[in-house]
Amino acid sequence: MINYLIRRLLYALPLLMAVNVLTFVLFFVVNSPDDMARMQLGQKRVTEQAIANWKHQHGYDLPLLFNSDEQGAKQLTTTIFYQKSINLFLFDFGISDSGRNIGADIQQRMWPSLALALPSLIVGLLVNISLALFMVLFRNSYLELGGSVLLVMLMSISSLFYIIGGQFLIGKLLKWVPISGYDSGWSAIKFLILPVMISVVAGIGSGVRWYRSLFLEEVEKDYVRTARAKGLSEPQVLFKHVLQNAMIPILTGVVVVLPLLFMGSLIMESFFSIPGLGSYTIDAINRQDFAIVRSMVFLGSVLYIAGLLLTDISYTLVDPRVRLS
Amino acid sequence: MLVLWTDALIYLLVVASLSLVWYLSRQLHMRRPLTKLLSSPVAMATLTLLLCFGLIGLLDSIHFKNTESNGNEAISVLDRACDTMRAHGEKTYSEPFAAYLYSKETITQSDGSTRWDYPRLKHGGAHLPNPDTDLMADVVTKASLAMVKMGGLLGLLIWLLTKPNRRLLWQPPSAKAVWLVLSLVITLTYSLWLLSNDYHVFGTDKVGEDVFYQALKSIRTGLVIGCLTTLVMLPLAIVFGIMAGFFKGWIDDLIQFTYTTLNSIPSVLLIAASILMVQVYMTNHAEDFNNLLVRADMRLLFLCLILGVTSWTGLCRMLRAETLKLREMEYVQAAQALGVKPAMILYRHILPNVMHIVLISVVLDFSSLVLAEAVLSYINIGVDPTTHSWGNMINGARLEMAREPVVWWSLAAAFVFMFSLVLAANLFADSVRDAFDPRRADK
Amino acid sequence: MTHLMMSSTLSAYKISIFSIALFAFSQTGCDVSQLNNPYPKADVENSVLYSSFAERPKHLDPAVAYSSDEYGFIGQIYEPPLQYHYLKRPYQLQPLTANAMPVVRFLDQKGQPLPATAPESAIAYSEYIIDIKPGIRYQPHPAFTQNAQGQFVYHQLTQTQLAEINTLSDFAEQQSRELTAEDYVYQIKRLAYPKIQSPIAELMAGYIDGFSEFAQSSAKLPMTELKNQPMRGVEAINAHQYKIRIKGQYPQFQFWLAMPFFAPMPWEADAFYAQTELKNKNISLDWFPVGTGPYWLEENNPNRRMVLAKNPHYHADFYPTDGDEGDREKGWLADAGKPLPLVERVVYTLEKETIPYWAKFLQGYYDASGIASDSFDQAVQFSGSGDPQLTPLMQEKQIQLQTSVSASLFYLGFNMLDNVVGGDSERARKLRQAISIAVDYEEFIAIFANGRGVAAQGALPPGIFGYQEGEAGINSVVYDWQKDHPQRKTIEQAKQLLAEAGYSNGIDPKTGEALLLYFDTTAVGTDDRALMNWYRKQFEKLGIQLVIRGTDYNRFQEKMRTGAAQLFVWGWNADYPDPENFFFLLYGPNSKVKQGGENAGNYANPQFDRLFEQMRNMPNGAERQKIIDQMQNIIRQDAPWLFGYYPKDFALFHSWYHNLKPARMIVNRLKYSRIDSQDREQKRQQWNQAQFWPVIVIGLALAGLVWPVIRAYRRRQQETQND
Repeated sequence: MINYLIRRLLYALPLLMAVNVLTFVLFFVVNSPDDMARMQLGQKRVTEQAIANWKHQHGYDLPLLFNSDEQGAKQLTTTIFYQKSINLFLFDFGISDSGRNIGADIQQRMWPSLALALPSLIVGLLVNISLALFMVLFRNSYLELGGSVLLVMLMSISSLFYIIGGQFLIGKLLKWVPISGYDSGWSAIKFLILPVMISVVAGIGSGVRWYRSLFLEEVEKDYVRTARAKGLSEPQVLFKHVLQNAMIPILTGVVVVLPLLFMGSLIMESFFSIPGLGSYTIDAINRQDFAIVRSMVFLGSVLYIAGLLLTDISYTLVDPRVRLS
Repeated sequence: MLVLWTDALIYLLVVASLSLVWYLSRQLHMRRPLTKLLSSPVAMATLTLLLCFGLIGLLDSIHFKNTESNGNEAISVLDRACDTMRAHGEKTYSEPFAAYLYSKETITQSDGSTRWDYPRLKHGGAHLPNPDTDLMADVVTKASLAMVKMGGLLGLLIWLLTKPNRRLLWQPPSAKAVWLVLSLVITLTYSLWLLSNDYHVFGTDKVGEDVFYQALKSIRTGLVIGCLTTLVMLPLAIVFGIMAGFFKGWIDDLIQFTYTTLNSIPSVLLIAASILMVQVYMTNHAEDFNNLLVRADMRLLFLCLILGVTSWTGLCRMLRAETLKLREMEYVQAAQALGVKPAMILYRHILPNVMHIVLISVVLDFSSLVLAEAVLSYINIGVDPTTHSWGNMINGARLEMAREPVVWWSLAAAFVFMFSLVLAANLFADSVRDAFDPRRADK
Repeated sequence: MTHLMMSSTLSAYKISIFSIALFAFSQTGCDVSQLNNPYPKADVENSVLYSSFAERPKHLDPAVAYSSDEYGFIGQIYEPPLQYHYLKRPYQLQPLTANAMPVVRFLDQKGQPLPATAPESAIAYSEYIIDIKPGIRYQPHPAFTQNAQGQFVYHQLTQTQLAEINTLSDFAEQQSRELTAEDYVYQIKRLAYPKIQSPIAELMAGYIDGFSEFAQSSAKLPMTELKNQPMRGVEAINAHQYKIRIKGQYPQFQFWLAMPFFAPMPWEADAFYAQTELKNKNISLDWFPVGTGPYWLEENNPNRRMVLAKNPHYHADFYPTDGDEGDREKGWLADAGKPLPLVERVVYTLEKETIPYWAKFLQGYYDASGIASDSFDQAVQFSGSGDPQLTPLMQEKQIQLQTSVSASLFYLGFNMLDNVVGGDSERARKLRQAISIAVDYEEFIAIFANGRGVAAQGALPPGIFGYQEGEAGINSVVYDWQKDHPQRKTIEQAKQLLAEAGYSNGIDPKTGEALLLYFDTTAVGTDDRALMNWYRKQFEKLGIQLVIRGTDYNRFQEKMRTGAAQLFVWGWNADYPDPENFFFLLYGPNSKVKQGGENAGNYANPQFDRLFEQMRNMPNGAERQKIIDQMQNIIRQDAPWLFGYYPKDFALFHSWYHNLKPARMIVNRLKYSRIDSQDREQKRQQWNQAQFWPVIVIGLALAGLVWPVIRAYRRRQQETQND
């Protein structure tokens, strides 16, 4: 097990390296450091001196990939690529193009993201699973038919409509909760109710369908028939056997997204002005702050790989038959 | 005629899908699912609707140079058909079927005095001397007349067409659904089109452009995103997927490495980065992108490309797993033992047997891609802002919802069109899955 | 049994949601009438003003900040020596931290004083001597904190000290110190210091004696050395007096003395913020200002909110006791003589989307609001005579409306170096004039600004000296005077001009196709699409095809710098109320391509330039007016700009918001504002009653489902038993 983990971690390194090279190429092929400096300095006339200053401050005054002025290994290390990448691997994200420390910002903005994403996940899971169980319970009836038509319809609505509609109805017409905003501590709850509700409703269509198909697969299996033959009633069968056995795919499906929750939801956060990492990323994209976008790409990849790893581990915990080697 | 890049690819796509249908219908093992699909009323009805959307999109993909204007503006067949809608611009917002503008302004009356009131529209309901009383009746008459005309014509046409072999066209269980949907869509489109000569059936937007026209134009964008992306992603997914599964070893490792890398980058960020890159490229080479249409088209194409690059990994993984299973099958082992070339084995034995997975995933992906377009446009990394698309319409409509009274029609139009396309696609996808998935075959 | 189990799991789930919700409400202390209150209950009775910001201000360093949203903050925190009188119009300068208006004396080449009547040619320098009031103190700040030995406690932070620091308020001890003249001098040195990159450095180098030499000599020095380096023309005479020497004459300089660029900066602040570890924690001068003003920035979380709190050390400052005629009737003198500031705290919340912003204003959670074009119809309607009025909905809420034409201008410029639209040839001039007529800015204002603007007749907006009203002030190239208003010339007249220019019907004789013009813009968002379509339509009227080249800001700047643009839209916000501040945008030696100045269109007309040089140092009067009229006529004929429009500010504010007089030039006006928080609380209660009927409707709908569910369940049980 330990060996396996170490091997997986080692495998993650070239992966991250590749991600890093890819984003580096994407950003620097078309956009020179000079362009970035001009972009950020903006406004009034920008002198060459100012650009040089900016590049030096942000560490962009080196050659991109190969430094012919230096000797030996330094030819590779005193380059933008090396300097920026190595620091990423040490989780030192440096300063953004607009001059703020990215690491400090990420630490600060992680929590609001989590405060939105985690309840959305949990409530969504509960709602989806219970609805799916209901549908399986009433399979082959008009209720199920009506339900599945409703689900397809829910699934066919763009998430933007849910957000716009929800904000309009609940925030503006009914005045149940503040329309947008955020606060620290427990006071955040009143701001989170609406976005959580909307993301749960928006996820019902596809979520319930997915769990339903999981359960339906289980329902057809022999052990379920046996249980039924033993005289267990249908709800008992569903809760005791079907749900328990479907737990493995459900759990692994959840575990893989857990780390990514930190990244936040891009759209939700900016619509509800929640100061999380999602809106941070959107702002960076809109302002073309490449340092932030690169850091977020890297962070996302790390979290994704962590998710894969967690999934493997959770397999062994849930299903003792699986051995990692 | 003028062929844009996406146009050319659309033609290619049409040819490719026609030949795919032809190929599938000749495959013995595909016969059964195809018959199943053909006999499902839901599948056929939604397919009809999708094809109607496709037809509109196709009409919008045949561009030619506009001879009327002296510029280098290109218009499509659909634009030509909607000439009146394009010409009937108003000043600003107006409600669907309105005869008055949605905002008050100072009107100079005939006696020279001024009044602060809702002015009459330039085109919408302009033929009515007294819209307050006559408008409803006029709309109803015109609409019912159009429906009766078109409905009658259609009925006659179908009757005539089906006379010689009526049984053949009425017999299949899905035939009634197809005819119903077809006649509904045609009469509805026709009457809306006819009504839009005198009215703005979906109202007008902030600068007075007809919303119905915008929604129609958006169909092409939606379809292009949904279809061309698949065209990009299929070759990648199929080639890499079955190669990884079949050859194993370092090829497998390399391909797995590639798609894990791509997968691990949050796709929105990858798209954002690429779109930023394209924008920078275009501004550096502004002289190549002088024409607005070409510029927007290039961006659309790049969006499809990059969406394709981010979305091939899922299918690739599935195909790899399936191929791993298939290569252990006796007939594949036998072929290998007989010394058949690997390429031949892949083509003859593996590819046909993974086709159903490909098919299912393509139809499933279509609707999510159409939905993704709207979200991407919201973050400004979607299609070009000058392109008509539902995403852009929704994005603009966000602000309109804050108005009082609410300007709801842009959002509603985008909703109706997008919803019907995505719903049809989803229902069709369900049917395809039911028909082609071997695990569901017996149900 | 099974029934029970099902329902109990379900109800447990419901209860948990319900209790979470209940917990939320009890924690936030809301009653049913204000479930949607985004602020803590505790703040209800306090005199807090609620406002918002859409994007975090980039810089709060007074040497760098130059945009109106940045001034919204630092104007309240930093205090330059002068300010504008809050109530008097036209704008009048008055001392703020200074004892009196600065004394100006003229010097000759050798630095010898000249009499005030000396001829202009003899004046080599003018010297401003500024006395500041003693006893003014800075806000408490860790940079000032000293221990008993007089050493600065936080200037050399150790790792252990740093560990507990995340924001500025984590510093336990915060001290203050008295404002000195040296602080003002230090700030001027900062303006010159190249690494700070002040946007006005280049401009000031042309005016302040010794400024550019200082910039050169300090370029290599670290920031901490600045205070020891002398600047030739700027010098502290004693603790409360300093002088600034200006090259030649520059009467507009006193306006600069009312801008935050010339606010004091203690050297301790720079020494404190220079520590790298603080920078890594995002603690910098751009984030946490140090000033003497009525407020200090208590909290700066750009991701969520910014809070200004009353400066405990604020000096004696009182609400003006005299104003313009009519100010008393409007209630603007109700607080005359009261000590400032009148509001304890100001909370700015981040609000990016307009929907929530507007909705919250209507719910009473923001005290004032601009009007986005999309909510305009909801708020304002025009009476028969064209006066804006509030809609009944607004009147019912007793919301107030305030309109004023701001000292700004949006123009569409031609690049005069371009060989199609630019240059001094008759052909190009006629082309430009034709376009000036065709682009219908009245329509633009109606569509895109909801009538909030005045089509411009020249380079000067109303309220600036030299602006002429009525027939005397119209642009005779584009307009005819009709009875009581200017009437834009017809499109036929424009076509006539175009034909005279050689492009009949817009056909370019060189290509035989429509004339192609290029419009460079940074407006590429979805919301700008309509705008760009509108511009295209305007040019189509003449048969000219307009190609929109949307680029990012960066490329746009690049194009402007190299003169590669053809048409562009630019706005100008006056720095100070003087015609010089507008005409210099057209002054030849300010050309963007040649000198990197603000003359973005690179217009150069020797006659205009000569008149400009003559006009700029004159006192306001009939003679100056005459020259200004001449200048206006020259540019109207040459048409280097389509003059575009002067935006009109419409501001809405609630009835509990007092002392708000329109004052675009005045950046420190927050201290005059007063909030009646009891009135506000009462109205909020009234407006924010949550509606619960949908819950009942949904409940009924669910109840309607019960019967089919039970039936289906029974059937299911029968089926499985038959299995």
